[in-house]
Amino acid sequence: MAQEAIHDAPARASLIYDPKVRGIVFQVVLVALLVMGVWWIVDNTIENLRRSNISTGFAFLRGRAGFDISDRLIEYSSDSSYGRALLVGVLNTAAVAAAGIVTATILGFLVGVGRLSNNWLIRKLATFYVELFRNIPPLLVILFWYQGVLALLPNVRDSLSLPLGSYLNNRGFYFPRFVWEPGAGLVLAGFIAGIVLSWYVARRAKARQMATGQQFPVLLTSLLLIIGLPLLAFLLAGLPVSIDYPQKGTFNLTGGTNVKPEFLSLYLALSFYTAAFIAEIVRAGIMGVPKGQTEAYSALGLRSNLGLRLVVIPQAMRIIIPPLTSQYLNLTKNSSLAVAIGYPDLYAIGGTVLNQTGQAIEVVVIFMVVYLGISIVTSLFMNWFNTKMALKER
Amino acid sequence: MDEHDMSWVRTEMALAETAPRSQVGAGAWLRKNLFATPVDAAFSLLALLALAWAVPQILNWLFFDAIWTGADRTACLTTEQGGQLPAGWSGACWPFVSGRFGQFMFGRYPLDERWRVILTGILFIALLAPLLIPRAPYKGLNAILFFGVFPFVAFFLLVGGGFGLRYVETPLWGGLMVTLVISYVGIIVSLPLGILLALGRRSKMPIVKLLSVIFIEAVRGVPLVTVLFMASFMLPLFVPPGMSFDKLLRALIGVALFASAYMAEVVRGGLQAIPKGQYEGADSLGLGYWQKMGFIIMPQALRLVIPGIVNTFIGMFKDTTLVLIISMFDLLGVVKQNISGDPTWATPQTAKTGYIFAAAIFWVFCFGMSRYSQYMERRLDTGHKR
Amino acid sequence: MKQLAMGILSAAAFGFVATAASADTLDDVKAKGFVQCGVNSGLAGFSAPNDKGEWTGLDVDFCRAVAAAVFGDGTKVKFTGLSAKDRFTALQSGEIDILSRNTTWTINRDTALGLNFAGVTYYDGQGFMINAKKLPGVNSALQLSGAAICVQAGTTTELNLADYFKANKMEYNPVVFEKFEEANAAYDAGRCDAYTTDQSGLYAVRLQMSAPDDHVVLPEIISKEPLGPSVRQGDDKWFDIVKWTYYALLNTEEAGVTQANVEEMKGSDNPDTKRLLGTEAETKIGTDLGLSNDWVVNIVKATGNYGEIFERNVGAGSPLKIARGINALWTKGGLQYGMPIR
Repeated sequence: MAQEAIHDAPARASLIYDPKVRGIVFQVVLVALLVMGVWWIVDNTIENLRRSNISTGFAFLRGRAGFDISDRLIEYSSDSSYGRALLVGVLNTAAVAAAGIVTATILGFLVGVGRLSNNWLIRKLATFYVELFRNIPPLLVILFWYQGVLALLPNVRDSLSLPLGSYLNNRGFYFPRFVWEPGAGLVLAGFIAGIVLSWYVARRAKARQMATGQQFPVLLTSLLLIIGLPLLAFLLAGLPVSIDYPQKGTFNLTGGTNVKPEFLSLYLALSFYTAAFIAEIVRAGIMGVPKGQTEAYSALGLRSNLGLRLVVIPQAMRIIIPPLTSQYLNLTKNSSLAVAIGYPDLYAIGGTVLNQTGQAIEVVVIFMVVYLGISIVTSLFMNWFNTKMALKER
Repeated sequence: MDEHDMSWVRTEMALAETAPRSQVGAGAWLRKNLFATPVDAAFSLLALLALAWAVPQILNWLFFDAIWTGADRTACLTTEQGGQLPAGWSGACWPFVSGRFGQFMFGRYPLDERWRVILTGILFIALLAPLLIPRAPYKGLNAILFFGVFPFVAFFLLVGGGFGLRYVETPLWGGLMVTLVISYVGIIVSLPLGILLALGRRSKMPIVKLLSVIFIEAVRGVPLVTVLFMASFMLPLFVPPGMSFDKLLRALIGVALFASAYMAEVVRGGLQAIPKGQYEGADSLGLGYWQKMGFIIMPQALRLVIPGIVNTFIGMFKDTTLVLIISMFDLLGVVKQNISGDPTWATPQTAKTGYIFAAAIFWVFCFGMSRYSQYMERRLDTGHKR
Repeated sequence: MKQLAMGILSAAAFGFVATAASADTLDDVKAKGFVQCGVNSGLAGFSAPNDKGEWTGLDVDFCRAVAAAVFGDGTKVKFTGLSAKDRFTALQSGEIDILSRNTTWTINRDTALGLNFAGVTYYDGQGFMINAKKLPGVNSALQLSGAAICVQAGTTTELNLADYFKANKMEYNPVVFEKFEEANAAYDAGRCDAYTTDQSGLYAVRLQMSAPDDHVVLPEIISKEPLGPSVRQGDDKWFDIVKWTYYALLNTEEAGVTQANVEEMKGSDNPDTKRLLGTEAETKIGTDLGLSNDWVVNIVKATGNYGEIFERNVGAGSPLKIARGINALWTKGGLQYGMPIR
């Protein structure tokens, strides 16, 4: 009877107990609160800006900057615009991030493999490295390099002479610069042709191996093409290069290329710090490949380096890539710590622009857009790479 | 009879022979662990050489050649720099650290009020220690005290301005004390906020989900300095004229928001790992949303992500150093200020000494946390192996 | 709505938040009970905390004078140490009531940045300092072509430096730091050949070097740097108070009123002095400003006159030992000219 009653009872639950209705009401309230909050903030901001007569908008980006930047990858002088100054900052951020990512990856892989080494000493050293750098703030590492290590380098007058005409002193690292003369374009063309040809060869070789099982020395051919073609072009064009050696001037070494200590400290610190995290990711990745896989490739008769290359590493990469992406992003974001040692990255230059123009909101918007942009582009690229590497189930 | 003569059978077990000399002892260990293959041997030799080169230098610098007492920088200067030490000397300048130890711990907190900070620290440890020891009783009460009561007690102790305590304004705070305050507040704010955001991100309500995703991804996409910069410079523009926030409070807001976005992603990982059956089971019992989450899902999910949570804490602890960029003085900030802003201890060795000291403190805290998380992971793992 | 939201916010912040209902700075300050003053976080002679953690310096004393004018008590002031970068935002946002942080008066700051400069408490000019031991033979800034120069980010100094080298067709390497102390330390460590900032600052920095005697200030002055306190635009009443505090400091020096003799001078018969010190019958000068009539007496009691402030902090009575020079009163051949208080 009771059962029947339940069965017959119409769905008469009050509306306030309906999860859907509650959800909608909750969201409406949330949106209302949010709109009110945003309105309150915008209203206050407008009022504050009006009270202190600050103009808004991005027109200031076209104004003359008036300050100089010593580390720059593109033409810039004090006559350039604020916009260009910020662009210099973006490129500097990109430069230090790119250099740091490459070094951190190499170092991280070495240390990560070292942690799994059969060699007790190497294993312990790698563990020591990881535990040391993982547990220290990155800013501290940067300051340590800048004020603790690089500041102890000698003066310009007592520069350390290094091989190949390069010098090291407390103004940075100086090395000879190649000055390309007309005809150098041919070398670049040779280089590009080399890459294109190698890619083609690799494709053909793979197709042939799939079809006939015959192998082709792809690596050797590619190396020959990529190095040989530009070299040939170089000789044909009649050695179109001269070398600009650093020389001692009144104050600094002049000529050559100078890598400043600010860049060096930031780059070294970011690389060393991030490498510790990458090492752990690599270790986890390699350990994540079941032992059965190793036994399986041995059973198939693959030699161990071939087995590693074809069986273990592709599987380990699948585990490694997602966390590796976030480490790359972390490194890029940590590069904003440059401001503590005076490397003109986006954040530092943005701060100067803000101070000269008073456009706080606009500058913060630019920060947000650039950093979020870098994040999104990196994520997209790594997602693409990840899909490419992902297990293809057949 | 003869066939039953078993005298040729041993009546007692043969003694185990000692392992061949090649398999035991230091030699075997060395061969196995350091010189297994020629490549290994080469690596070992290289590493040994590097160690033999570096370790004595480091030890000499840190201890044997270091200066331990002195009143000012002249104690750590060589003759050519205007001091007493032989030319070419290099070593740690520890009197710099001992002379400024008070500042490193408390910043410019008034000398005769420092007992308040120490008392807060003792309370903190007294409440935290039993919380960390799994066997200690009264966990619930302890947690309520630590997370609910302690913040208020600490606030009144540190800030003062009531109960006969002198008001100490936050610009005077500094050193390790600020590092710990920011970390503690960051932790107790970011965990609940992170859980809410994670639930929001997995919510079925589209607007809630969208807002959570936007917040999490926007915060995770930018560096902490930008968030701190916003909290420091923009917050005052967002509020009505004349209303102003304390600088420390702004840093706290920035750090807490930043950490909660990362926390949200960690918690989300745990939520995703809970099998669907658990959700359905909770639903079939007629539990409401918060009952389901609070009693069934969260206890399991949080347990799964304890290492992730602790890692976020470690990250946040390290990130507190960034407040020095917005002119606040945490431990690293004070050390740096003493290195570059004060000629009393300006020597070529001061910077290295100061940073190594700061690094050691940060290292001990972070390493401790990571070891504790590994211990908890192992403890919670038992019986749950799948 | 605003009130409610503010209430919630302040409750949430455990009373860490200072709120004020009106947009009138003087009322806000009176309600708070103190003047919030933005100063340099460490520039000897202008504003730096001493061993006991108390702020001292010329810029600091100016804020004390304003506090004395408002409250009759020069200690009712709180200081916020600011970097060059965050100083203007701090003022714009209302975090501080006065910015007294060796800030150069320029048209850009007076207009686009929304500041109002109340006067020039120190006439300065930008110069260079080099380590004469390391660079013997350099005795002019014009010899600095190719040098690495340490400078603080976001200052007029940085801009003047660029203009000077451009105008003289010289090359240089700017090494730019966020904070004053960072630039000092880098220069001291030999990262740069020269250091540039306002000349008064150079003298202060020189004292902080590990070997002060090795460093010399080059003779060239490459810019005009009138340093003075500023307030937000749009609050004329507060602007007047700050402006006239400055003039009161100058006028008292001119009239010979000092910290020591101010009580005695109150009995003076000189009509100028009587007007200045508010002892004239039926005077309204102080109340017209929104202050009490003995505001000038309070200022002088708290900090002394301009000359005393100068000598104590940067002049003969300080380690900096800077001569009055153009900062002398107009009657003594300088530029300091107090508008008449009448």
